Amino acid sequence: MTQRHRLATGGHVDRAQRLGFSFDGRRHEGHAGDTLASALLANGVRLVGRSFKYHRPRGIFSAGVEEPNALVELRSGARREPNTRATVAELFEGLAATSQNRRGSLAFDWMAVNGLLAPWLGAGFYYKTFMWPASFWERVYEPAVRKAAGLGRASGLPDPDHYEAAHAHCDVLVVGAGVAGLAAALAAGSAGARVMLLEQDFLLGGDLLNDPAQEAWRSTTIAALAAMPGVTIMPRTMAFGFYDGRVIGAVEQVADHLPEPPPHAPRQRYWTIRAQEVVLATGAHERLIAFPGNDRPGVMLAGAARTYARRYAVRAGETAVLFATHDAAYDAALALAEAGTRIAAIIDPRSDSAAMQRAREAGFTVRAGSVVTGTVGGTVLRGVEIGALGSGSRGDALPADLLMISGGWNPAVHLASMAGTPLRWDDALRAFLPGDSAWQRSAGACRGVHGIGAAAQDGAAEGRAAARAAGFAAAAAAVPLPEGPAADHRPFELWEVQARGKAFVDLQDDVTADDIRLAHREGFIHIEHAKRYTTHAMGTDQGKVGGLVGAAVLAAARGEPVATVGMPRYRPYAAPVAWGAMAGGEVGKHFQPVRRTSLHGEHDRLGAVWMDAGLWKRPAYYPKATDADAWASVKREAHAVRERVGVCDVSTLGKIAVEGPDAATFLDRVYANTFSTLAIGRARYGLMLREDGIVFDDGTTTRLGPDRFFVTTTTAQAGPVMQHLEFHLASAWPHLDVSLASVTDHWAAMSIAGPKARDVVAAVVQGIDVANEAFPFMAVADCTAAGVPARLFRISFSGELAYEIAMPAGYATHVWQAVLAAGAPHGIEPYGVEALGLLRIEKGHVAGAELNGQTTAHDLGLGRMLKKKGDFIGRVLAQRPGLTDPSRPHLVGLRSVDPNRQIRAGSHLLVDGQDQGWISSATQSVVDPGWIGLGMLRDGAARIGREIVAANPLMGEEVPVKVVTPHGYDAENLRVRA
Amino acid sequence: MLMIPCPHCGARDEVEFTYRGDATVVRPAADAGIEAFHDYLYLRRNPRGWQVEWWQHNGGCRAFLKVLRHTVTHEVRGVVTATEALEVPPA
Amino acid sequence: MARYSAFRILTEGLRGNSGWQPAWRKAAPKPSYDVIVVGGGGHGLATAFYLASVHGITNVAVVERGLVGQGNTGRNTTIVRSNYLLPENNHFYEHSLKLWEGLEQSLNYNVMMSQRGVINLFHNDAQRNAALRRGNSMRLNGIDAELLDREGVRAMCPIVDLDNGRYPVMGGLLQRRGGTARHDAVAWGFAHAADARGVDIIEHCEVTGMIVEGGAIRGVRTNRGEIRAPKVGLAVAGSTSTLTAMAGFDVPIETHLLQAFVSEALKPLIDCVVTFGAGHFYVSQSDKGGLVFGGGLDGYPSYGQRGTLPTAEHVYAAGVSMIPALGRLRGLRSWAGVMDMTPDGSAYICKTPVQGLYMTAGWCYGGFKATPGSGWCHAWTIAKDAPHRLNAAHTLDRFREGRMLDERGNGPFFWAQ
Repeated sequence: MTQRHRLATGGHVDRAQRLGFSFDGRRHEGHAGDTLASALLANGVRLVGRSFKYHRPRGIFSAGVEEPNALVELRSGARREPNTRATVAELFEGLAATSQNRRGSLAFDWMAVNGLLAPWLGAGFYYKTFMWPASFWERVYEPAVRKAAGLGRASGLPDPDHYEAAHAHCDVLVVGAGVAGLAAALAAGSAGARVMLLEQDFLLGGDLLNDPAQEAWRSTTIAALAAMPGVTIMPRTMAFGFYDGRVIGAVEQVADHLPEPPPHAPRQRYWTIRAQEVVLATGAHERLIAFPGNDRPGVMLAGAARTYARRYAVRAGETAVLFATHDAAYDAALALAEAGTRIAAIIDPRSDSAAMQRAREAGFTVRAGSVVTGTVGGTVLRGVEIGALGSGSRGDALPADLLMISGGWNPAVHLASMAGTPLRWDDALRAFLPGDSAWQRSAGACRGVHGIGAAAQDGAAEGRAAARAAGFAAAAAAVPLPEGPAADHRPFELWEVQARGKAFVDLQDDVTADDIRLAHREGFIHIEHAKRYTTHAMGTDQGKVGGLVGAAVLAAARGEPVATVGMPRYRPYAAPVAWGAMAGGEVGKHFQPVRRTSLHGEHDRLGAVWMDAGLWKRPAYYPKATDADAWASVKREAHAVRERVGVCDVSTLGKIAVEGPDAATFLDRVYANTFSTLAIGRARYGLMLREDGIVFDDGTTTRLGPDRFFVTTTTAQAGPVMQHLEFHLASAWPHLDVSLASVTDHWAAMSIAGPKARDVVAAVVQGIDVANEAFPFMAVADCTAAGVPARLFRISFSGELAYEIAMPAGYATHVWQAVLAAGAPHGIEPYGVEALGLLRIEKGHVAGAELNGQTTAHDLGLGRMLKKKGDFIGRVLAQRPGLTDPSRPHLVGLRSVDPNRQIRAGSHLLVDGQDQGWISSATQSVVDPGWIGLGMLRDGAARIGREIVAANPLMGEEVPVKVVTPHGYDAENLRVRA
Repeated sequence: MLMIPCPHCGARDEVEFTYRGDATVVRPAADAGIEAFHDYLYLRRNPRGWQVEWWQHNGGCRAFLKVLRHTVTHEVRGVVTATEALEVPPA
Repeated sequence: MARYSAFRILTEGLRGNSGWQPAWRKAAPKPSYDVIVVGGGGHGLATAFYLASVHGITNVAVVERGLVGQGNTGRNTTIVRSNYLLPENNHFYEHSLKLWEGLEQSLNYNVMMSQRGVINLFHNDAQRNAALRRGNSMRLNGIDAELLDREGVRAMCPIVDLDNGRYPVMGGLLQRRGGTARHDAVAWGFAHAADARGVDIIEHCEVTGMIVEGGAIRGVRTNRGEIRAPKVGLAVAGSTSTLTAMAGFDVPIETHLLQAFVSEALKPLIDCVVTFGAGHFYVSQSDKGGLVFGGGLDGYPSYGQRGTLPTAEHVYAAGVSMIPALGRLRGLRSWAGVMDMTPDGSAYICKTPVQGLYMTAGWCYGGFKATPGSGWCHAWTIAKDAPHRLNAAHTLDRFREGRMLDERGNGPFFWAQ
């Protein structure tokens, strides 16, 4: 028999749509409009989970986001979602759910043996134990604890779905589409404000869904809102956090109600919404009462039982007891009675009330002045023990399979509190309500205004006020509001029924009232301490149903009012959010953008092996079929440069145009060496320091005119150097008339290097005499290259005769092809970053590995570049004793004594067994085959010629190396000047 | 999340900006010596309250701006260009 | 105060756990002490514990404006390691790690030290070379470190995506002795053990002024009256500048925000601590089952203890990029701590310009793992009025002297460390 607890009529389920689903492998059927929880209850499934510590059987406790118990693994395979609350999971055809945190079956979980050990597993037991013997914690105890802990199982497989992020602005953001939220949106929308209305449920209406008499207003209002062009209604969208500046973070469940997202649709969409005004209409969560056995499947919040009956047309039990401390809860008895449940009794600690009288008149058995003292049953409820208020002992058992409880309502103040709203205690509602706040307005039940009519009025008033505050002053026409019976939500003060047995204040984490008292006894008397010591309110429900009850138990132990004890601080998230949603679309390959030079396609055609250089893709090398391995390719390219000619794409270097009457003065201050003396049409190597005297960056800078310079930076520091220049121009020397523009992407550049470089350049470039005397080392001139405008630089990084041709990025391919064609007779080869590195290490040029933010100009052998006179960034602090200490490591060259033994960057340099430095860069030489490197070595200059050890204990290597000058290749620079 | 009213571009979200330090420290004269540069570069008042800060609108006009911001509430109360002055309110 | 023992646990369990006493006394301030430690977080309590246990100085007050362990001690991501490059740092952190290794027994409190291993992933040659240099520095200083290739990473943490991200994983630097500890228990354990040795732990006692006479400290003014002492140690992460301003000097510190996050509890999924090299992200799994994770600073000074969304987005995105299986899990809670950021990323455990005033400060976002070492060195410095060799380099004056301890070469930018 399917859905034997489903009512024949009523509710917001579509009986025409039958949806098959499974739980723990058993097939069931539900309807469109069901949650997994309502569908399980319709099929009589009561036991749905096991608790965290004692593995006690647990059932569906609530009908919403606050659910502590009914957590399941939803879906399977890579889409498995552990800890999914059955109470908010929308049913779809084929849904498959599995119970979690059990060993064995759900009905016979052998971890339930933990319950017998409970005297030794109380709050914080682990802090006082597991210490003997000392070595056992990590080897024995902890692995056992870890295996037992945790809730659901992650799939461990890549999430197949994708997510996206969206931003929105609005005048009035309304969170929650219950009656207060709908009224607020209607009022604000009618005033002309752009309104966004967020509702985490798939249906709008909140408590209106529990009252057929309100259906007309609900549907009319939704239709009216939908017709307003400025109003955006967002169901299935949960506002998880309230951030500075009235920014609300929210997650829209785009496809969670479907077996899988439609093609090209995200599973969820993450919203950042910046609102001028925010109305919070987030409702309230009903709270539990602590009494022995209050966790048994069949014990349920009264409002939830009512929701299952009225909204989902499901009878949550056949024989029910209502245990309530306030009048408003009595409607649950009525709703269940209408659904055909036999109401065995209403248990109320109060002596009398209006609802009690009405209930008696309606024929209900009401036991005033009494409380539930315990429950009986195994994995499901079979009876409820009832005793007199204050008797302290467990009373008679009344047979029942459903116990509906209500200890009052906690306004959902999470978002308000995150907005910095102070909370104030309300003695009538026995709850914390939001106080005054400049950042948000609360309306309806979330500020203690209960009842359809009153909440509607409240919502409309706040919606109107919000619109007015957002600048929509026009008096909005009065909006139609629903009438509804008032209900008295003021509870009798009863947090706990003390009797023998475990009375839970936090169902998910198995925190009992006794645990709170134990924490108090051990000195954890502040709510924040007690929470952390017991893990109270730290589960996935964050204590929504029992948090305040635990605080009240602590207050009683302290002999103080709950108001004094307070609640732990509310932090994001109001409810858990999917990791993927927060991550959005910029993940995996799209985690960061890819920058490609304008020659990317050319390199691809040449079969380049790519490497990442920051965001850039650069060719590492260009393998050929005849190359034995990568090193063969790299060395072949380097040989070409040393012996013939090579061409390398250097477009990624940073390029900055520095122009203006004070450009030369400015450069003199940002560079450690002088640029004002540079002749027009000449380039100079420049060294920049940070203000702390450490080397920041290097590059060549060219003077193009009296007031025009062209600065280049390393690839890695292009952005930081630009910011550095801008910062100092703005903060230190705003009076200098200089303008800065990054032109990195405007210019492509290629280096043509090797003894035959001049021949190649001469064949490509027009308008310049490239003879050595006419265009010497460090000359620069505008020209045309292969017929397009270009600029030619005679600069070298490789140590060979070399030129750099720069041209507008769009012409790069054309020029590259012309260079390759012109170079073909000379045996030109394109070379990549690896060969570039090899060449510069041979030549002794420093690069990023040496300019690592820890080295000074002196360390790098560049101390002579620092100008003696005039201000420049880093000049003063570079003179500090720690930076001029002669014992600092200095740049040296290194050569493996055995040419076949590899040395590696990252090895340390041991002299007589003492750690005296490290290797910063290493490669194989093509000039003098063998492994060579650059390194930083204490007393480096004095140790040239010595044999020391390159130690790499991580890889078990100790390689004898000889300290050599770093500038061993063509020390006189004859080749670059040739 | 901050909303910074850029004098050139209008109000923009914090993601377009980069913080670049306390704007009340002034780079000393070239001959001021190590102690003065030490204080400029390293010592910070680090107030719990209002602070004038450098922020660069690097996702917009790239200007360095002086921003008066509260370090507890994060409220932004004033934004001026680099050469203008901002007064720090008491407490 | 009774010690925790197996026998005691057993007997208390049998009589309803009714005999347990507070883990530490709620002391009221006396007019004077030999030493006042300001700050009842891990560092302050550890200072008091080592003053008492190592130096025999037990007439000590720890004054805390709020609750024990509710500052950064209670809001970090619980990672313990000593995988530093510079000898000044790796010696200090190694000393701290060794103290961690015996902490349960020293404190008679289970701080759940769990040496699960800490892996720093690297994604390119430059990062690998830097990892080699750092790991070799550790090894040459007697600290455990291992280089993992891709298969090694896969074996330690199989759900890391080695291949499909924007920056494929090349390998990792592993410190097996690194791991995690239960952060709250560290504060409570030090409080418990310090209290047992006679230290007064005074909660809800806020320092409102420093009593300085003739260039020397004489005590502190608090909301609970004046408390005098010839020596005062500061251990007040996030508030160091406020207190040193009371004593009349500025320090090289900027206070910044760092967010941290925890997921819903899960069955064991990630067995070690693993950090992403291609973005700001690191993660471990707590004994309770939550994934504890975080990333970089929010980017501007703040005492606000609340984070912003753009930083959170980056952390989550980096997480999914490193471990695509995280996508369907859920973030449960996020919070933010305030960090004393220093210009070189290293800390201060030192004397100050005021005679008798000492500080342990500037822990940036690495203070938790330093807790026992910081307390140990701070206590030494207070007791001897001179630093131990382990913290001799961690002075305020190192910037005057140009002896920065900049592990990563980030430069004097507080927000970049």
